[in-house]
Amino acid sequence: MTMPSFDPVAAVLLIPIVSAALLAVLPGYRLTARLNVLASLATFLSALSLFVIERPQPGPYVLIDDLNIVFIVLNTFVGFTTSIFSASYIAHELETGRLTPVYLRFYHAMYQTMMFGMNLAFVSNNIGLMWVAVEIATLTTVLMVGIYRTHAALEAAWKYFILGSVGIAFALFGTILVYMAARPVVGEGQDAMVWTVLVERAGQFDPALLNVAFIFLFLGYGTKVGLAPLHAWLPDAHAEGPTPISAVLSGLLLNVALYALLRFKILLAANPSAIAPGPLMVTIGLVSLVFAAFMLYRRRDIKRLFAYSSIEHMGIIVFAFGMGGPLANFAGLLHMVMHSLTKSAIFYAVGHISQIKGTQRISRIRGLTVSHPALGWGLVVGVAAIAGLPPLGIFMSEFLVVSSTFARQPLLAIVLVLGILLAFGALMLRLTSAAFGRPRGSTASAEASYVPMFAHLALVLTAGIYLPAPLVVWFQHVARLLG
Amino acid sequence: MQMHSLSFDVSHTLAGGLVLISFMMLYQDRLYSLLNVFTLHALVLALSVAWQAFIQNAPHLYVTAAIALVFKAIVIPVALHRIVKQLGIHRDIESAVGIGPTMLAGMGLVALSMVLMLRVTAEADPLAREDLAFALSVVLLGLLVMVTRRNAVSQVVGFMSLENGLVLAATGAKGMPLVVEISVAFSILIAFIVIGIFLFRIRERFDSVDVSALDDYRGEQR
Repeated sequence: MTMPSFDPVAAVLLIPIVSAALLAVLPGYRLTARLNVLASLATFLSALSLFVIERPQPGPYVLIDDLNIVFIVLNTFVGFTTSIFSASYIAHELETGRLTPVYLRFYHAMYQTMMFGMNLAFVSNNIGLMWVAVEIATLTTVLMVGIYRTHAALEAAWKYFILGSVGIAFALFGTILVYMAARPVVGEGQDAMVWTVLVERAGQFDPALLNVAFIFLFLGYGTKVGLAPLHAWLPDAHAEGPTPISAVLSGLLLNVALYALLRFKILLAANPSAIAPGPLMVTIGLVSLVFAAFMLYRRRDIKRLFAYSSIEHMGIIVFAFGMGGPLANFAGLLHMVMHSLTKSAIFYAVGHISQIKGTQRISRIRGLTVSHPALGWGLVVGVAAIAGLPPLGIFMSEFLVVSSTFARQPLLAIVLVLGILLAFGALMLRLTSAAFGRPRGSTASAEASYVPMFAHLALVLTAGIYLPAPLVVWFQHVARLLG
Repeated sequence: MQMHSLSFDVSHTLAGGLVLISFMMLYQDRLYSLLNVFTLHALVLALSVAWQAFIQNAPHLYVTAAIALVFKAIVIPVALHRIVKQLGIHRDIESAVGIGPTMLAGMGLVALSMVLMLRVTAEADPLAREDLAFALSVVLLGLLVMVTRRNAVSQVVGFMSLENGLVLAATGAKGMPLVVEISVAFSILIAFIVIGIFLFRIRERFDSVDVSALDDYRGEQR
């Protein structure tokens, strides 16, 4: 390479943390918002360079493989576009006085710290380090959810905090159990927590201990994925925080927890006598999907509506990974990418809409396509995509999930289709009232940045029509890796 | 051999003591007494971790023991005492469930963790497996405290006792790396929670730290 000293792994970690420190001390909205965008762009570019640069050997702390490159690139890309959206969103919040300059500084610093935490979780090869990184990412989002300090925001942050802490405690207990299982085989100390070493030797681990460990890890990280019985924090956290945070929560943080789950799933699959994690994931995935689909009908708050839609889609993704096999894994991976892009695009639109209308109540939002064509049609396309209409990307990934399930477990596929259709109905019901008809509420023009939203939607549309061959090969390879 | 069985007995006693103190937390109906019992919990944890550091010859665990002693047994209880005093909530704890059912549930949870962990870890060395069974009991009892209390301060106490169980498990797993870092990370987390409670009140956004007030807000104002 032309720059032998350039280390992309160090870059995706150092750029966010250094800029977080800078953003914490620099004054002025314009400067900091631009710096935030710039830092996110730099992180994204360094992440992209992971594709071309020679990969470092897996060390005791850092691992770069085909699986996590997908996650890192997606993470930094959505982080970058959200920072652009956040700049215009936050300007409005400053004008209306919901945020003071001091809190803005704090917000930007936390944004970059969160990016650091998520990137660290992705690159870490050490299951203890991964746990710490997920905790950092969670803590920063808790702080940002409560940033408006209204009654509702503090309550949402508190709920998120308590449930997230319990989740994190379970995940740690599971991590300790994995170490206990590994110790007799790998030996004491550092090596028994290094993921690559664990996977190699997992066949000799005590399967019973590994099973219990996975249950705890599933409960722990599953709480953060927002799976059904453990999802209670998710809608509140999405609804009460600033909308850029809702976008990264749905688009990115859920993926981080999912990634941790997948790593441990691979670990378990390497041990033939351990339980198969598949049926557990399939069940919980379906429960989340159907539960969230029913809950969608009763939502009155637009951000809460899309929060439940995130639970629904995480359910589908976990279901697909639980089914396993090359095709279902491929579909799950594709669905995850499509969901991240679409859901963050929707939140970009919703953020501007709720700012213009001054409310998040769906009943007070009408006729958006008439009063604000760009935002309104953006929302229409986004919701059509998230509901799974062709020719958008989610249609294709959902189609793959459903068809691969029909081939193997027709009964499960029926439940799956039922859940997807239910959710589709609810979303269409809400969309028609919000997007069409006579405009209601404020019709002030939006000072919005449409670029991030339409960029995401264009990507989703392109993926629905044509997936580039190298990407397909890459995803197929990762799908095989996932077992 | 003599020495080994002594070290085994001592760490056993300390871990068992933690489970017992977790039980004591279940039936405290005043915040002050709950805090006092928690202080005892943290003290026993500090002793247990220090003992593990001694028998495992792992000096870094003394750091974890010191954190448990200074932070959890002194700083946090003192801070929570002051918060309780300032908020004027030193009246009875309204627990959501009665003491009888709570104790029964606690026994059930301890039995569950014993059966689960002892059966699962049949081949591990006896000290580690029994330590792990005790640790899981402490974790589950901490969870029970969190579930049965409505008051935010006592939920935090429940969470801290849960976390003590995790530290017990981590130190019992011989040679586990990152234990000190994890205990520091947890201390930061707890500090955030405590500061959070304090700030909620300072800002006067919450009328009370009674979590049942949260039920008023289900998010969906119609």
